Amino acid sequence: MGGTVAAGAALSGGARADEGDGPPVAESDRVLGPEAVRITIALNGENRTLDVEPRVTLLDLLRSSLDLTGAKKICDRGACGGCTVLLDGEPVNSCLVLAIDADGREVRTVEGLAADGALTPLQEEFVRHDALQCGFCTPGFVMSCHALLSRNPDPTEAEVRAACAGNICRCGAYSGVLAAAMAAAKRRR
Amino acid sequence: MGRDVELRLGFPGHEVLRRAEIEDGDPVPWDLSSRHAVLGTRVPRQEGADKVTGRAKFTFDVNLPGMLHGRLLGSAHPAARIAGIDTSAAERAPGVRAVEILEDSEVHFAGQPVAAVAADTEEQAEDAIRLIVVEYRPRPFVVTLEDASKADAPPVTRGSNVRDERDQERGDVDALLASSDAVVEATYETQVQTHVPLEPHGIVARWDTADHLTVWCSTQGTFLVRDNLARALGIRHENVRVIAEHVGGGFGSKFGAKPFEVAACRMAQRTGRPVKLMADRKTEHVAMGNRPSSVQHMKAGAMKDGRLTAVILRTSGVVGIAGNARCANPIIYDFQAFRKSESSVQIHAGPSAAQRAPGHPQGVFALDQMVDELACAIEMDPLEFRKRNDRDPVRLAEYEIGAKEIGWGGRRKPAGAGSERVKTGIGMASAQWGGMGRVAEAMVVVHKDGGIEVFNGAQDIGTGTRSAMAVVAAEELGLPPERVLARIGITDWPDGPPSGGSNTAASVLPAVREAAFRARRELAGEIARELGVPEGDVGFEGGKVAIQNWAKGPIEWADACRLMSGERITATARRRDYDAGFKQGVAGCQFAEVEVDTWTGVVRVRKVVAVQDCGHVVNRATVESQIQGGVIQGIAFALFEDRILDRSTGHQLNPNMETYKLPGTLDLPEIVAIPFDVANGYNSASVVGLGEPPVIPTPAAIANAVFNATGKRVRRLPMTPDTVLAALEGER
Repeated sequence: MGGTVAAGAALSGGARADEGDGPPVAESDRVLGPEAVRITIALNGENRTLDVEPRVTLLDLLRSSLDLTGAKKICDRGACGGCTVLLDGEPVNSCLVLAIDADGREVRTVEGLAADGALTPLQEEFVRHDALQCGFCTPGFVMSCHALLSRNPDPTEAEVRAACAGNICRCGAYSGVLAAAMAAAKRRR
Repeated sequence: MGRDVELRLGFPGHEVLRRAEIEDGDPVPWDLSSRHAVLGTRVPRQEGADKVTGRAKFTFDVNLPGMLHGRLLGSAHPAARIAGIDTSAAERAPGVRAVEILEDSEVHFAGQPVAAVAADTEEQAEDAIRLIVVEYRPRPFVVTLEDASKADAPPVTRGSNVRDERDQERGDVDALLASSDAVVEATYETQVQTHVPLEPHGIVARWDTADHLTVWCSTQGTFLVRDNLARALGIRHENVRVIAEHVGGGFGSKFGAKPFEVAACRMAQRTGRPVKLMADRKTEHVAMGNRPSSVQHMKAGAMKDGRLTAVILRTSGVVGIAGNARCANPIIYDFQAFRKSESSVQIHAGPSAAQRAPGHPQGVFALDQMVDELACAIEMDPLEFRKRNDRDPVRLAEYEIGAKEIGWGGRRKPAGAGSERVKTGIGMASAQWGGMGRVAEAMVVVHKDGGIEVFNGAQDIGTGTRSAMAVVAAEELGLPPERVLARIGITDWPDGPPSGGSNTAASVLPAVREAAFRARRELAGEIARELGVPEGDVGFEGGKVAIQNWAKGPIEWADACRLMSGERITATARRRDYDAGFKQGVAGCQFAEVEVDTWTGVVRVRKVVAVQDCGHVVNRATVESQIQGGVIQGIAFALFEDRILDRSTGHQLNPNMETYKLPGTLDLPEIVAIPFDVANGYNSASVVGLGEPPVIPTPAAIANAVFNATGKRVRRLPMTPDTVLAALEGER
């Protein structure tokens, strides 16, 4: 992604006509900002056009600008899975995705799983199996399990564990999560 | 006027009769004669749908019009005088609306909050924090128990760093030890643990008028926060509303308003805009509380017949800049005499705080290994040894259940026998806790359309209080629990305790029952008047109202409510408690099966059987979840967690969630949670608290299982591979 001024100067073989005292500016059209940039995201099935600074994470965009607070800010560095959303169907830690990198892509959050206030079978099973306590990690687990069941409708328990291995629950509701995911898979069959 | 009733208390096989005086207008406490329709069944959490859809709003989720975003600046040094703070660049930075200095004279730990800013966006707040210039004059610091204990150590706060020294003695310790058939002496050590609630501390503050404040706060004590803020800001209690409908964990760290939360209120006041200020994860680790470490020297004796004689304990631990490092011992088992001396050592680190069963997991880690070591020394089965020294009838019954479930009889004999690479073993340990509750009030409202609400102003930090309230009210009114809406977490509503000491259930649930009882009586009176029947003929069961000798049969609940004269019936109650209950507090025991890879030192927990009482089981689903969660935190404390301070810089090396390790799905053993129902009778719901006891025995049970597997004692937590290998290679 771009290069330093020094590298650019070496490649072009000499001093540049617009040298200045400011910070190095990469000669690249893939470098954006610092001012806000316009992006379009297919968010929960609806196209949204937004202006966002390049340094803003997808997580912060969702939570602060769009009031989609299901994804949580827990560690903000990809260690706990609490911010899990689907990016083009794949589960990602949204704290490690720049909002600008979601431009032109599909983002699905926990709020976009079920229509009209209903619950998906997976969400129903979470409630039935008490797969939650304080609930702060719950959207992240729901997204990880949802992603798993979308690509593997008949997982083993080991596969459910692996799919949720990046989600931390401090309250310790893991057993319920595993039971809920297995029960949801069974319902699909 | 009261009436005398006889209560059948205890549990099947161990029943006692007690007399209690019950006021007119109060229900008779549930006892062994009571038949329950919903109490003790599995009821889904009322707020479950909100939590799985992301609709549930925690403090961190609150977004208000015009809201400013706050960030905290932490001290760069573990000990320093502050010569000056220049906030001018921060104040001029784009979007910055307020800057608040939290500490202007000295700092005592790295990461201590020094200043806060509030800006239009989070990014602007982040930028502004970096523009604050603090002139530090670093001072010498100490971050280990050894360094801080030296006579010439720099004082962390004032005076000696070694403080809270306390000596206690009972009985003739030396004579008993001298005449003991076996004496074992050992030192046990446990680490500093941080709470790691997934939702950090924080607040959203909004002034509604010049002297009316509404805050959303991630707290374990809504009324505590209200009190703290009212005092700090000089406004009346009744003008402060604290909202905590959903709280993302606390585990003991979130009592009261922290200084930065008060600062957020001040910034909101000055700017006229709401302010959200949450601790970042690093600040949460370093500044928001921790469980003190422990170094426990223990010397104890026993007789050949299995009787414990005496124990000498000498304990200490680091507490950061505040708190005490007390370990709970001696508890649970009957020592005839003990001598105990304890102290706490201050270091330049964040203040310690109560963390789930303060003093107990670490104390039991030492005590229950010592008990195991004594059993070994007299060549008695460790379970049999415990039984001979335990008078608690509940725990004795729990031992039988747990031992059978784990397969105690099949464990490795002798410990460490065999030479396979991966060895399995089984160990056990015990718990003892209070949780008897304190005063609380509840309000039950029955609406003319049949809707029911039950209110309490305390919080549900994940324990399931909300659902338990609905179950208790539903039981009293003869309805299914989903018909009762439990409303909690707003200080407009009746008084409830901070969620500490496992006191919430035993405080709030009896008040709920008593309020529901009164609401029922009022409703019965209204129905009786309307239908012209004696009040005593009106009964509530199975979602209907049955009138004795009523030709038309039972009336649907909603139809019966329509007979009330006004729009609603409101009943309140203040919790009663009774003297003549079965037993104070709770017991508990756990049996752990582990695998030890003797080549790598990795310990894997395969199975934990946890038998736990909490008075009457109200919601079986949330009771089992609470036990499971306690066991997992116990495993985390035993194997994974460690707050590591860099000796040379005084900073925490792992203030994050990748190198401060918590167990995940790949570490999860099979957990068999067995609630043990006891009719306690100390309150009308016969409920005792549950939040803390399940975390107590787990580390000791795992350590005892490691011994059973390998024949070697691991007397230090966390039991990381290097620690286990050192034990395997060391002396027996």
